Amino acid sequence: MEHIGFGALPYDFAHLLGGVMLLLSFTLLTQRRISATIATYAAQALTLAVAACWQGWVQNEPALYVTGAIAFVAKGVFIPLMLQRSLARLHLRGAREEAMGIFASMALGVALVVLSIMVVLPTTMQAGALTREDLALALSVVLLGLLMMITRRTAFTQVIGFMSLENGLILAAVGVAGMPLVVELSVAVLVLVGFVVFGAFLKRMDTHFHSLDTSVLDQVASENR
Amino acid sequence: MTPGWFNPVLLVPGIPLAGALLAAMVQDSRFGAAVAIIAAAGGFAAACMLPSELGSTLFLLIDPASAHLSMLTAFVGLTTAIYSRRYIAHELVLGRLDERRVRRYHVLLLSFLGFMLLTLLSNNLGIAWVALEAATISAVLGVGLPRTANAIEASWKFFIICGVGIAMALFGTVVLYLAALPALGPGYGAMTWTELAHAAPQIRSTLLNLAFVFLLVGYGTKAALVPLHSWMPDAHAEGPTPISAVLSGSVLNVALLLILRLRGLMAANSMAIDPGPPIMALGLLSVLFATFSLWGKRDVKRFFAFSSIEQSGLAAFAIGLGTTGAIFAALLHMTLHTLAKSAVYQAVGRAAHRKGGQHFSQITGLIASDPALGITLAAAVIAVAGLPPFGLFASEVLIISETLRTLPWLTPLLTLGLLVGGWKLMSQLVTLCLGPPTEAKGPAAGWLTMMPAWLHLAIIAVLGFAMPVAVANWLVAAARVMPS
Repeated sequence: MEHIGFGALPYDFAHLLGGVMLLLSFTLLTQRRISATIATYAAQALTLAVAACWQGWVQNEPALYVTGAIAFVAKGVFIPLMLQRSLARLHLRGAREEAMGIFASMALGVALVVLSIMVVLPTTMQAGALTREDLALALSVVLLGLLMMITRRTAFTQVIGFMSLENGLILAAVGVAGMPLVVELSVAVLVLVGFVVFGAFLKRMDTHFHSLDTSVLDQVASENR
Repeated sequence: MTPGWFNPVLLVPGIPLAGALLAAMVQDSRFGAAVAIIAAAGGFAAACMLPSELGSTLFLLIDPASAHLSMLTAFVGLTTAIYSRRYIAHELVLGRLDERRVRRYHVLLLSFLGFMLLTLLSNNLGIAWVALEAATISAVLGVGLPRTANAIEASWKFFIICGVGIAMALFGTVVLYLAALPALGPGYGAMTWTELAHAAPQIRSTLLNLAFVFLLVGYGTKAALVPLHSWMPDAHAEGPTPISAVLSGSVLNVALLLILRLRGLMAANSMAIDPGPPIMALGLLSVLFATFSLWGKRDVKRFFAFSSIEQSGLAAFAIGLGTTGAIFAALLHMTLHTLAKSAVYQAVGRAAHRKGGQHFSQITGLIASDPALGITLAAAVIAVAGLPPFGLFASEVLIISETLRTLPWLTPLLTLGLLVGGWKLMSQLVTLCLGPPTEAKGPAAGWLTMMPAWLHLAIIAVLGFAMPVAVANWLVAAARVMPS
C-alpha cells in the first residue's frame, strides 16, 4: 500500500470512524443510565462494523467483511438486545448507577488518551500514518474501556466496559495490513464465548442476590477471609 | 516431525478435547469420570512421544521445552483425573455439586487440559492466544461450579482479571505482528515463533518494546505475578480442589513458557530494551509479596495459593536472569513445583473432606487421626518449602547460586523471601499435622487414595537426589533452545 495521509479518502474515513469510536467511549464513561449505556455500546459496535468493512475495502481483504459482519450482528444487535431484555426482566430499565464524578472520569479519560498517543506515535515512526493513528485510537478505546471497568460498580456496566475494550482490540487488529484471519476468528470466539460466560454469571448472580452490585460480593469475600 | 496431512502431535491436545466432547454428550457422571481418566491417560501417552517428534510446522512448535512442559501438564492432568473420581463423588454426597455439575466438571477438566496442551505446542501466537483463552474459560466455569456465593465471586474476579490480562496480550500480539511486518511481510510468518526468532534482529525495536510490555502484562496475569495475581487466591480457595491442583501448576507453566519465548525474542534484537530486568522485578516482587502474605490466612487453600504465587515469581525471576543455568533451574523448578503443589492440593482436599472444612482451625493433628493423609501432606509441604530430600531444594539453590554469580546484590532479598516463606510453610505444617486432632466428620482417606500424591513425591525425591543423566541432558537441551 502506498503512503496514505491526510486528504486521502481511505485515511480520512478510517480516522473519522476511529474518532467516533473514541467519542463513544467517552460517552460510555459518563453515561449514568444503564439502558443508555447499552445503547451507546451498541453504537460503538456498529461503528466498529463499518470501520472493519471500510478496512476490508481499502486493503482489499474480504476476511475483514466477516469481522465487520460479526461486529454488526453479535455486538451491535444481538448482545445489546439481550442485555436490554434482561434489564427489563430485572426491572432496572430506568435505573441509574453511582459512578465516579463526570469531571474526574473525563479528566482521567483525557489523560489516558494523551498517554496512548504519547506511547504509540513515537514508537511507530516508521509505520504508515494510517496504522499509527489507528493504533493510537485503538489503544485509547482499550484504556477507556479499562477505566470504565474500574469506575463502575455493577456487573452489568463492568461487562459493557469489558466489551468496549474488546472493540478497541478489534479496531487495532483490522487496522494492521494483512493480519491473518486467525485474529479475527479468535476475537469472534472470545466475544461469543465470553458473552455466554457473562450471561451465565449474570443469571447466577441474579438468582443469588437479586442485585447486580459487585460490592455485595466483595463483602462476602472479606467476611470469609 | 513426520510430514503428512495428519500430524500425530495433534493427538496430545486432541485426545483430551475429544474426551471432553464425549463426556459432554453422555448423561452419566460415572461414565464422565471414566472418560476423563482414559482421555487424560491417552493425552499423556501421546505427550510421551513428543521427544521423538521434535521440530516445527507453521502452527506447531515442538522443542524440548514445550515437549517437556506438555508431558508434565499431561501427567498432572492424568493424576488429577484419577484423584477427581473419588473426590467429586464425595462432593456429590456432600451436596455441594449435583449430578449435572459433576458431569460438567469432568468436561471442563478435560477441555482445560486439552487447551493448555494446545497452547504449549502452538507455534502461532494467535492460536496460542485462542487456546489459552479457551483454557481460561474452562477454568473459570470450573471454579464457579459449587454454587456458593464465594465461588461465584471468585470466578467473576478470575474472569474479569484474566479477561483483561488476556485482552492486553492480544493487543501485544497485534503490535508484535506490526513490528515484524517489514521484516517478514504480511501473512502467518509475523505471528510464528520460529519465524520471529529467525528475523528477530530485523524486527522494529520500538514496536517490539511496546509489544513486550503488553504481552508481559497479559501473560504475567496468567502467571499470577504480583501485582496481577489477585485472581489466584480466590480461585483456589473457592473452586473444587482438583481444579486448584491443575491450576497451580499448569497455567503458571504455560504463561511462563510464553514469557520465556518472548524473552528470547527480545534478547535477540540488539536495539530492543533488555527484557531481563522487568521480568526479574515482577518475579522478585512476587516472591517477597507472596511470602509476607502467607501470614494471617485462615483458609488452607488460600494459604497455599500464595505459596504458588511465590514459586511462580521465583521461576519468573530465574527466567529474567536468562543464563542457561538459570533457565535450566527455572524449568526444573517449574516441574518440581507443579508436582509438589498438586500433591499438596490432593492431600488438602482429602483433609477438608475428612474434617468437614478447609480452615486451619478445622484441620489440626492430621498425623494422629489419619496417619496416611497426615504424612502425605507433611511430605508434600516439606517439598514445597524447599527442604531436602526433595528436588525443590536443588532448584532453589541453583537459582540462588546463579543470582550470586550474575547479580550478587539481589541475593539477600531473594534468599530472605525463600527462607521466610519456607519457615512459614513449616510452621503451618506443624499446625496442620501435629497437635491435638480435631473431630473427623467425613470418610477416612486410605493409603490407596493417596497413590497419585505419592507418585508425585517419589518423582520429586528422585529428581532431587539422583537425577538420571538423561533427564538432566534433556533439561539442559530445553534450556539451551531458548536464545538468550
